[in-house]
Parts: sequence; structure tokens; C-alpha cells
Amino acid sequence: MQYMTDRKRVEGLGSAHTGTHHFWTMTVTSVALLVLLPFFLAIVGPLLGASHDEVVASLGRPLPALIVAAFLVVGMHHFRLGVTTLIEDYVGGLSRKIWIIAMTIVSYGLAAAGIVALAQIAL
Amino acid sequence: MADVNRGNRPLSPHLQVYRPQLNSITSILNRITGNAMLVSAFLIVWWLIAAASGAAYFDTVDGLITSFLGDVVMSLSVLGLWYHALGGIRHLIWDTGRGLEVETADKMGWAMLIGSVLLTIITLIAV
Repeated sequence: MQYMTDRKRVEGLGSAHTGTHHFWTMTVTSVALLVLLPFFLAIVGPLLGASHDEVVASLGRPLPALIVAAFLVVGMHHFRLGVTTLIEDYVGGLSRKIWIIAMTIVSYGLAAAGIVALAQIAL
Repeated sequence: MADVNRGNRPLSPHLQVYRPQLNSITSILNRITGNAMLVSAFLIVWWLIAAASGAAYFDTVDGLITSFLGDVVMSLSVLGLWYHALGGIRHLIWDTGRGLEVETADKMGWAMLIGSVLLTIITLIAV
């Protein structure tokens, strides 16, 4: 007779050996993005096609800058996890690793570039 | 050897043997919209960088993003954004164990398709 619970037997043995971490992070980031989405659209939408002065004035204020920055950071984190699954589904071997590394750089690179731009606008 | 038959095993049926269903189509669209929004993110970040680097460069990039082609891409981005958001809500509902019956799932599928178009039109008019 084994004194081992079902949970103990499967712990850490999900398909990616990280349990439900990926799934749970997607859940958390998706809820955050759903909350931020209307605000993001309301801020950035009217600024497309606006004058440079208007854009700088609007994104220079703390709350709009915070919402755009949060949407970008959480969005690109969510994107990184999603695109990783896409790559894992369709690409194998060495190219899978190269693609995942490349898309991770692109994801966090875009988020970082957006924050740097927002900081420069605000200062 | 354990895996003598590697590569020559019977395969489970895949996409090509199934008639397209609302379920599969809405799921595939969710993946396509989610990943295609990389283009939208790239454009918005480029636009932010342009705004940070000065009026002259901003006018160039802003002009590009609000040109006819830019308008098409940004409108499709909004459509993809709303579709993916509604798809996400459906997943959050499914995750609670609710709405997994085919009928309910189909209803939510139509709600995603129609709702995303309506929300896109509202967004394009309102902002």
C-alpha cells in the first residue's frame, strides 16, 4: 500500500513540468487586460491623428501614462505566453528554441521601448 | 529498443478530417487575432517612440498610421482586440466549469463574432 496522495503523485508533472503556472498567469493577465482595455482605447484612440502637442500633453499626465504603460507591459507578457504556446504547437527542435527566445526578446523589447517612450514624453 | 516504431505509428485524426464547426473556427480565430496583434503592438510602440522623439518624426509616423492603409490596419486591430477580449471572457467562463455544453458554447461563439463587430463599430465611432 502506498502512502502517497494523488496530488503528490502528479505534482510538477504537467506537460510543461510547471503545473498550472502558465494557465494561471494567462488568467490573471487576461483579467487585468479586460479591465485596462476600455481605458486604453479611450486614451489612445482619440490621440491617433492628433497633433504632437496634444499627444505629449495627454500622455504626459500620470494616469493616462500609467494605463498605457500597464496595458503594454501586461499585454506583452500575455502575448509572450501565448506566442510561446503557438510556437510549441507548430515548431520543433532547435528552431522551436530559437523562435521562443526571439519572440521573448520581441515581447519584452516592445514593452520596454514603450515605457522608455512614455518616460521621455512625461519628462 | 523501446521506440522501434517511432514515426510510423497510427495518427489521431487531425483538422483535415473534420467539417469546420463554430467551435473550431472561433478557437482558431482567437489564436490568430491574439498573435496578429503583434503588428498592432509594434505600430503603437513605434508611434509612442515617434511622439517621444519630436514633432517632425511624430508627424511622419502619425501620418502613416492614419493613412488609408494605416486606418485599415488599426481598424482590424480594434476588431482583433475586441474579438480576442470576448474570446478571453468565454475562456474565463469555461474555466469556472460553466457554459461547456455545445449549445451554450455555440451561443457564446456567435456572441463573440457579432459582439466584436458591434464593439468595433462603437469604438471607431466613439474614439
